[in-house]
Amino acid sequence: MTPSAVRSLLFIVAFLAAMALLPAFIRSEFWLTFLILALYTASLGQAWNVLGGFGGQYSFGHAMFFGVGAYAAAVLQVRFGINPWVTLGAAFVLGGATGAMVGALTFRYGLKGSYFALVTLAFAEVFRVLANTFEFTGAGVGMMIKLAPGAANFQFVAKTGFYFTILSIVAAGLMVAWWLKHSRFGAWLTAVRENEDAARALGVDVFRVKLGAITLSGAMMATGGVFYVQMFQYIDPPLAFGAGISVEALLVAIVGGMGSIFGPLIGAFTLALVNHTTTELIGRAPALSMALYGLLLIVMVTFLPNGLIGGLASLARRLGLRQRSGGDE
Amino acid sequence: MSDAVPPILEVRGLQKSFGGLRAVDDVTLAVPGGSLTALIGPNGAGKTTLFALVSGFITPDAGTVAFAGRQIAGLPAHLVCRAGMTRTFQIVQPFAGQTVLENIAVGAHLHRVRQADAQAHARAVAARVGLADQLDKRADSLPIAGRKRLELARALATDPRLLLLDEVMAGLNPSEIAEIIPIIRSIRDGGVTILLIEHVMQAVVNLAEHVWVLSYGRLIAEGSPAAITTDAQVIEAYLGHGAAARMQAMQVAQ
Amino acid sequence: MLEPQILWPALLNGLTMGAIYALIALGLTLVYGVLHIINFAHGSLLMLGLYAVFFLFKFWKVDPYVALLALVPGMFALGYALQRLVIGRGSHGKDENILLVTLGLSIIIENLALHFFGSETRQIETAYSSAMVNIAGASLTVPRVAASAGALTCCAILWLIMARTDLGRAIRAIAKERQGARLVGIDVEHIFAMSFGIGLACLGAAACFLLPAFYVSPQVGHTFVLVAFTVVVLGGMGSFVGSLVGGFAVGVVESFGGLMLGESLGQIGVFVIFIAVLLFRPSGLFGHKV
Ligand SMILES: Nc1ncnc2c1ncn2[C@@H]1O[C@H](COP(=O)(O)OP(=O)(O)OP(=O)(O)O)[C@@H](O)[C@H]1O
Ligand SMILES: [Mg+2]
Repeated sequence: MTPSAVRSLLFIVAFLAAMALLPAFIRSEFWLTFLILALYTASLGQAWNVLGGFGGQYSFGHAMFFGVGAYAAAVLQVRFGINPWVTLGAAFVLGGATGAMVGALTFRYGLKGSYFALVTLAFAEVFRVLANTFEFTGAGVGMMIKLAPGAANFQFVAKTGFYFTILSIVAAGLMVAWWLKHSRFGAWLTAVRENEDAARALGVDVFRVKLGAITLSGAMMATGGVFYVQMFQYIDPPLAFGAGISVEALLVAIVGGMGSIFGPLIGAFTLALVNHTTTELIGRAPALSMALYGLLLIVMVTFLPNGLIGGLASLARRLGLRQRSGGDE
Repeated sequence: MSDAVPPILEVRGLQKSFGGLRAVDDVTLAVPGGSLTALIGPNGAGKTTLFALVSGFITPDAGTVAFAGRQIAGLPAHLVCRAGMTRTFQIVQPFAGQTVLENIAVGAHLHRVRQADAQAHARAVAARVGLADQLDKRADSLPIAGRKRLELARALATDPRLLLLDEVMAGLNPSEIAEIIPIIRSIRDGGVTILLIEHVMQAVVNLAEHVWVLSYGRLIAEGSPAAITTDAQVIEAYLGHGAAARMQAMQVAQ
Repeated sequence: MLEPQILWPALLNGLTMGAIYALIALGLTLVYGVLHIINFAHGSLLMLGLYAVFFLFKFWKVDPYVALLALVPGMFALGYALQRLVIGRGSHGKDENILLVTLGLSIIIENLALHFFGSETRQIETAYSSAMVNIAGASLTVPRVAASAGALTCCAILWLIMARTDLGRAIRAIAKERQGARLVGIDVEHIFAMSFGIGLACLGAAACFLLPAFYVSPQVGHTFVLVAFTVVVLGGMGSFVGSLVGGFAVGVVESFGGLMLGESLGQIGVFVIFIAVLLFRPSGLFGHKV
C-alpha cells in the first residue's frame, strides 16, 4: 500500500469508529433517525458515485437498482417467506445483474453522456411500469411486509439496530470507494472518465471497466432498497422506481463531491441539515426543501463542479494551508 | 534497408477511405525491431490515420498488419496495446483532472496490478522524460511541452516493444526540441522500437535511421534522411509542383 | 377482436395527441439542434405553462385560446432569460453538465409548483369542454380536435420562421457551423437565447392547446418529458420533419399500446421505443447523428 492509501484507510477507520460511538451519546430518537436517514442517503449516493463520480457515467435512473433491491426483499419475504437478511444478499446479486444487463446494452452500443443518462431513466420507467402492472409485485398497491420485530428479522425494536446496519452498509461503501482510489480497477475507471481514447491507447478495456462499475454500483444501490423496505416496511412502484430516488442519489454525490471517498457522506449530511433548517424556519415543507436541493444542484454544477469537498480543498489551497494527498479524503 | 533484423511491424497493402477520400492508400512498410524510424509527409497526408489503423483505433478497409509476427488488423486498440504497441496522440489527450503521477500510473498499471508498483514505475518513467518534479501537478496545468512529455511518459509506462509517436515535438520551441531528442534516443537505446511522425526535420535528420514519406495517402519515397531531403518527389510533395526544379535552379545559381 | 370500430377511434386519438407531442418536441429539437444541449426541464416548463393557462382562466376568465397571446410571448421571454442567465453558464464544456443544470431547474419548478399549487390534478371547464365532433364514426372532443389543429398550425408557423426570416437563417447557420457564424458577425449568444426562447414559446402554445383537453398537476411534466425525448430521438435529434412524424408515431403507439396491453402496461411502449432507438438507431429516422 502507498502511504496515501494507508493514511486514507486510517481516516476511514477513525471516522467509522467515531460514528459507532455516536449512539452512546445521543439520547434523542429524533437525532438518531436523522443520522440513520442521512447515512441511508449517503449509501445511495455512494452507489451512484461509483459509476457517476469515479466512472463519469451519469445515471438518471439509479432508482431501477434501488427498486430491484427493494422488490427483491419484499417479494422474497412476502411470497416465499425468505429471511430478510438472506434477501439482502439476493438483492445485492440481482442489483448487480440488473446493472450488468443495462451496462452491457448501453455501453456495447457506445451510449455516452446525456444519452446514457436518459436511457437509464427510461429503464427505470420500464421497471416502474412492470412493477405497477403485475400482481406478483403487488401492482399499483405496492407491498407491505409483515411486522415481525427482532434483529433476526432485520426489524429492530430499537432504532440503534437500524443505525448500525446502515453504518455497516456505509462502511462497505467507503471501502469500495477507498479501493477505487487505490486499485488498478479504480485507476482505469477514472481514466475512462477523463478520456476514453487515451485509456484505450494505454490498454484499458473501456467496455469491461464500465461494465464492472455499473454492476458494482447496481449491487450497492440495491442494498439501499432492502434497507428502505426493512425500515419502512412498505414499497410501491413510484417509491421504488420513481425519479425521486434517482435524483437523491446523484444529488448527494454531486453536492458532496463526485469521485471522492467522503463526498456522498458530506453531501448527504449537508442536504439533511438543509432540510432540517428549512423545517425549523418555515415548518414542514418537503417540497421547498426539494426545490432548494435543485437550486443547490445548479449552483454546484455551475460554480463548484468538484462539490463541497473540492470547494473546501481549493479554499484550503487559497488560504495557503499545506495540501495533503490531493483531496484524497 | 537491411534485412538482417526481422521486422517488428509489417504493414501490407493497408487502405482506408473516408467517404470519397483515400486517407491511406495501399501502404506497405516494415519497421525493423530495435530501430528508430520516421514517417513524414505534408499536412493531411494520412500519417495519423495510418497510426490509428495500425494501433487498432480504426479498422482498415483492406490490408494486413503484423506485429511481432502476429496478425493484428481488426484487433481492438486495448489489445494491440497489451500486445506491446502503444501510440501517442498528436492532439494530446491527458487525463485532464488527474495529476501527472496518476496519468503515468494508468499506463504503468497495464502490467502492474498494485498501485504501489504502478506508482513506483511511473516515477521512474517520469524521471526518464524529465517530469520528475511535476508529479503532483494537474495534467491540465502543464504547458504544452509538459503535456507532450506526459503523452510520451504515459505510453512508455506501458512497457511497449513498439512506440508510435505522433508529432511529440509539434508546438515546442527549439530548446525544448533539443531537450526531447536525446530522451527519445535513450528510449530506443533502452530497447524500444520507435516509429515517429514528425514535421520537425531537424529531429528527423537527427534521430531517424530510415524515413518513409507519405503524400495523399500513398508512400512516395523512403530511404535515409539525407537521401529523402534531396528527393525531388518529396520536395514537390511538400512545396508544390515544380518546386524541386526551382530549388535546383537556385542552388545552381548560387 | 380488434375491429375497425375500436381501431379507428384509437388511431384518431393517437394522431390528435401526436400533434401535441410534435409541437412539444419541436421546441426540444430546436434547442438541441442549435445549442446541442438537452433540456431536461422541458416537461416542467410545459407544466408551468399549463398552470399559467389554468390560473388565467380561473381568476380572469381568460379563454385558453385567447391566453395564447400572453403565453407565447411570456414563455419566449422566460426562455430567453433562462438561457442567458442560468443554462448558458453551467456547462464547462460538457453536455452532461447542462443536463444536470436543467434537471436542477426541473426539480425547482416542480417542487415550487407542488408547494404553492398543491398536488391535486386540475382541469378547466369551458363551454366547449365536452362538445363532441364525429369524424367518420369516431367521436372526439372539440378541444382535442382544436388542439391538434392548433399544434399543426404552430408547427407550420415555426417552419416559416425558420425558412423565411433572417432570424431563422441565423439560427440555421449557427446550428450548422457555430464558429463560422461567429466569424460572419452573428451574435451567437443572442441567437442561442432566441432559440431557447422560441423553444419555450412552442411550449406556451402547446399549454394553451393542451389544457382544455387535458389536466395539470405538478407531476405532469414527467409524463411529457420522456415522451418528448422519445419523439425527438425517434425523429432524429434536430430534425423538424422527424419531430412531426415522431410525434404522430408516438401518439399512435401509445394509443394502441393502451388498447392492447391495458392502461398500465401500455405506457411501456414509449419507453421501449426510446431505449431501442438510442441503442440501435441513434440517428433516428431522419437525423444524421446524435
Ligand atoms: N475520421 C475521419 N473522417 C473523415 N476524414 C478524416 C478522418 N480522419 C482523417 N480524415 C482525413 O484524412 C486525411 C488524412 O488525415 P491525417 O490526420 O491522417 O493526416 P496527417 O498526415 O496526420 O496530417 P497532419 O500532418 O496535419 O497531422 C485528411 O484529409 C483528413 O481530413
Ligand atoms: Mg497527423
